[in-house]
Amino acid sequence: MEAASTTAAADGRPGAPSLRAARRRYGEDVIKGLLVIAALISLLTTTGIVYALVSETIVFFGEVGIGDFLFGTKWTPLFEPASFGVLPLIAGTFATTLIALVVAIPLGLAAAIYLSEYARPRVRKTIKPMLELLAGVPTIVFGYFALTFFTPEILRSFLHMDVAIFNALAAGIIIGFLIIPIVASISEDSMRSVPQALREGAFGLGASSFQVSLRVVFPAALSGIVASIVLAMSRAVGETMVVLIAGGQQPQWGADVGKSMETLTAFIGATAKGDAATGSIAYKTIFAVGTTLFVITLVMNLLSIRFVRKYRQVYE
Amino acid sequence: MPESVTESPEIRVEVPHAAEDVDGGRPGQKRAREPIFHLDDVTVSYGDKPAVRNVTFDIARHEITALIGPSGCGKSTLIRCLNRMNDLIPTAKVEGKVVYHRQDLYGPEVDAVEVRKRVGMVFQKPNPFPKSIYDNIAFGPRVLGMKGDMDEIVERALQHAAVWDEVKDRLKTNAFGMSGGQQQRLCIARCLAVEPDVILMDEPCSALDPISTGKIEDLMMDLKQEYSIVIVTHNMQQAARVSDKTAFFTVELDEDEKNRTGRVVEFDDTEKIFTNPADPRTEAYVTGKVG
Amino acid sequence: MSAHQDAIGRPSASQRAKDLVFRLALLACLALAIGLLFVLLVDVAVDGAGALDWDFINNFTSITADKAGIQAGLWGTIWLMGVCAFFIVPVGVATAIYLEEYGDPTKWWNRLIELNIQNLAAVPSIVYGILGLAFLVRGPLDLGNVVLAGGLTLALLVLPMVIIAGREALRAVPSSIREGSMALGATQWQTIWRQVLPAAVPGIATGVILALSRAIGETAPLIVVGAVAVIAFNPDGLDSQFTAMPIQIFDWISRASNDINNYRPLAAAGILLLMILLLAMNSVAIWLRNRYEQKW
Repeated sequence: MEAASTTAAADGRPGAPSLRAARRRYGEDVIKGLLVIAALISLLTTTGIVYALVSETIVFFGEVGIGDFLFGTKWTPLFEPASFGVLPLIAGTFATTLIALVVAIPLGLAAAIYLSEYARPRVRKTIKPMLELLAGVPTIVFGYFALTFFTPEILRSFLHMDVAIFNALAAGIIIGFLIIPIVASISEDSMRSVPQALREGAFGLGASSFQVSLRVVFPAALSGIVASIVLAMSRAVGETMVVLIAGGQQPQWGADVGKSMETLTAFIGATAKGDAATGSIAYKTIFAVGTTLFVITLVMNLLSIRFVRKYRQVYE
Repeated sequence: MPESVTESPEIRVEVPHAAEDVDGGRPGQKRAREPIFHLDDVTVSYGDKPAVRNVTFDIARHEITALIGPSGCGKSTLIRCLNRMNDLIPTAKVEGKVVYHRQDLYGPEVDAVEVRKRVGMVFQKPNPFPKSIYDNIAFGPRVLGMKGDMDEIVERALQHAAVWDEVKDRLKTNAFGMSGGQQQRLCIARCLAVEPDVILMDEPCSALDPISTGKIEDLMMDLKQEYSIVIVTHNMQQAARVSDKTAFFTVELDEDEKNRTGRVVEFDDTEKIFTNPADPRTEAYVTGKVG
Repeated sequence: MSAHQDAIGRPSASQRAKDLVFRLALLACLALAIGLLFVLLVDVAVDGAGALDWDFINNFTSITADKAGIQAGLWGTIWLMGVCAFFIVPVGVATAIYLEEYGDPTKWWNRLIELNIQNLAAVPSIVYGILGLAFLVRGPLDLGNVVLAGGLTLALLVLPMVIIAGREALRAVPSSIREGSMALGATQWQTIWRQVLPAAVPGIATGVILALSRAIGETAPLIVVGAVAVIAFNPDGLDSQFTAMPIQIFDWISRASNDINNYRPLAAAGILLLMILLLAMNSVAIWLRNRYEQKW
């Protein structure tokens, strides 16, 4: 019976074995190094994004005043004379996002409450995949639907609304449906983590399901619910294809959602499609608008991450 | 049966010869039972909270040494020092000396992986790998690069662990299909396959039924002829049945009544611990006056 | 006794009415959400089923709408998915292994990497297109608007999904397995490579497939990176110009504004084909998960 590597024991009995490694384990270090490099790629991605956006944007602001950009209300970068006020694009993004939230918050929360507090396991098993399906449909399909069905058949024919063929209302509503799964799944997660003991206490006092859901579970799950809404908002702000297809490419500094309102994302998509030459003003507008978009969504993402951490902490 | 311990020329740590003077001293006889571990004022802390402290005793070869005591007294923490499994916990800190074969186990040149090749461990809850029985046993020899016919190595290990007859026809089936007791014997066989020196057992039977427990206890008595065994157990009767030496741990609260720290109250021949303990706390525990 | 209860503690009639109304309201909302999905799917099917035939799959796009097909887009998508998978599997799994098995979560740089991945998962996809445009298509790498650039852009987009799924799969492997392996004298990498990773493969594979499902439908980054809408050839190398299914669909939708009868069926047929591919991929992912998932 020999120990794995023994020095000296000539008589075959276990000698005092060497506890030093036979050779330094270089393999382990090399592998760890490779893994670190892989992990750094994700950091490089963010660095790349920030660098790409900021460097061109700085050049852009060399030519266009930052005040004109941030506070101007006319966005006509390719006209003569060009105007670079980004507010109409922000208005477009804001309008579609607001409309989207008006749709997504009630429907998403309703789904979450139902799944968390009311649905039997079999019902959950049927409904959850459908919400996952809703989340999995590519946005171009939603864009197609908004343009070819929702605006003509539902808004115009069925509801007799006087809207242009490209309008912000349709885009906003469809984006709203698209982000329902985000609100629903994170809110539901948050509600399900509320300890059963809290509900039982309330039921024991004679409260009804309605009261328990709204007065006990909802406030307890609030962090997670807010996180889901902020994340959904971020998603709506960043959504491109639906607005590009159905929202139109006319910037509007106004509030007529029945007409076209170009968003930050639609502008980038439309301009990039035109294959702008590197260094041209059109090329640079892509980056300036892109930076605006990135900053807005970054703030929302970080907020939402913070809220998620809060709700996870409380119950774990 | 005299044993000569051949010194490796690479040993640098000077440790006083503790071999002959085990507690209770009977020098002539004790030479046959050299300590394989010598613990000297060992304290283990997680962060800055000591879990067990000032532990000093020897673990002898070819004996079964039992660590007993109430919950939370650091027995598991201590046993994990012996194969450097505490290294896996980032906040764990070991002070004092753990001497294995006259080498400091925590010395700067010591490779924990080498330690674990020689000091094996069986865990409280059987933890077979999600592979076939054969691959479970073969895993150790394969990663350690052991030479020899793998089929033979596997069979020998399973025979040694008294589970060969039950599985020889289904070596390629998944180990999860075994019963709890069989799985634990599989884990023992897995440990034996890498030919260790010492086997540490952390409450190996607490998740098992009485019949499986009995089989494993019989196995332990067989194994001690070739290996040295250290067992942590909650079950006093088990310690009384199988072990040669017993260390009784107790738990103490510190001044703020917040931290619990374990320490060894008494270490002696098992018979003495259970029939005529020196310390009243030991007596209280083994007679069941306290739990 | 609460005003909501009668003498033996049952809720009053008005209370029960409120409960019922609430419940119905919830169900109505759910029905609305799922109803829209249903209408969407039916609409696409009705619009496109007629045009989805073998000719459609085999033809290239053409000025004559009758003869137009999606072959270039289909093959372009396949090439893109290949490049994407080739990148995300090693990088995503390696990152997940680093974060789960090696990274000390108390160190700030590891927490930064984690936070960064969470943020990247929520960055708008068009921003990834801008990244691709600036670094891959033009800029330092200057690859041009080729398959490699498109595939890598999509890969960076879905990489966070793979990392997150990979981490969950690794986390699901109980620590008792790692302990058992290390206690035998295996090194950390031996433990990971031979025990932890094999056990996590089903979860990782599912995550990769779901990531590819996301990538396959992405249009905006490809627009920015310069996928061409009207080409009549399949990619013949990583340095080839390319189109993709979503890009061709988008092109047909744009044309449909002027010529709805010819181009709407094409767009819808393209969408149908895309959805069928997605359905197939998701089914494989679900099957994988059910068949190979380890129950501990």
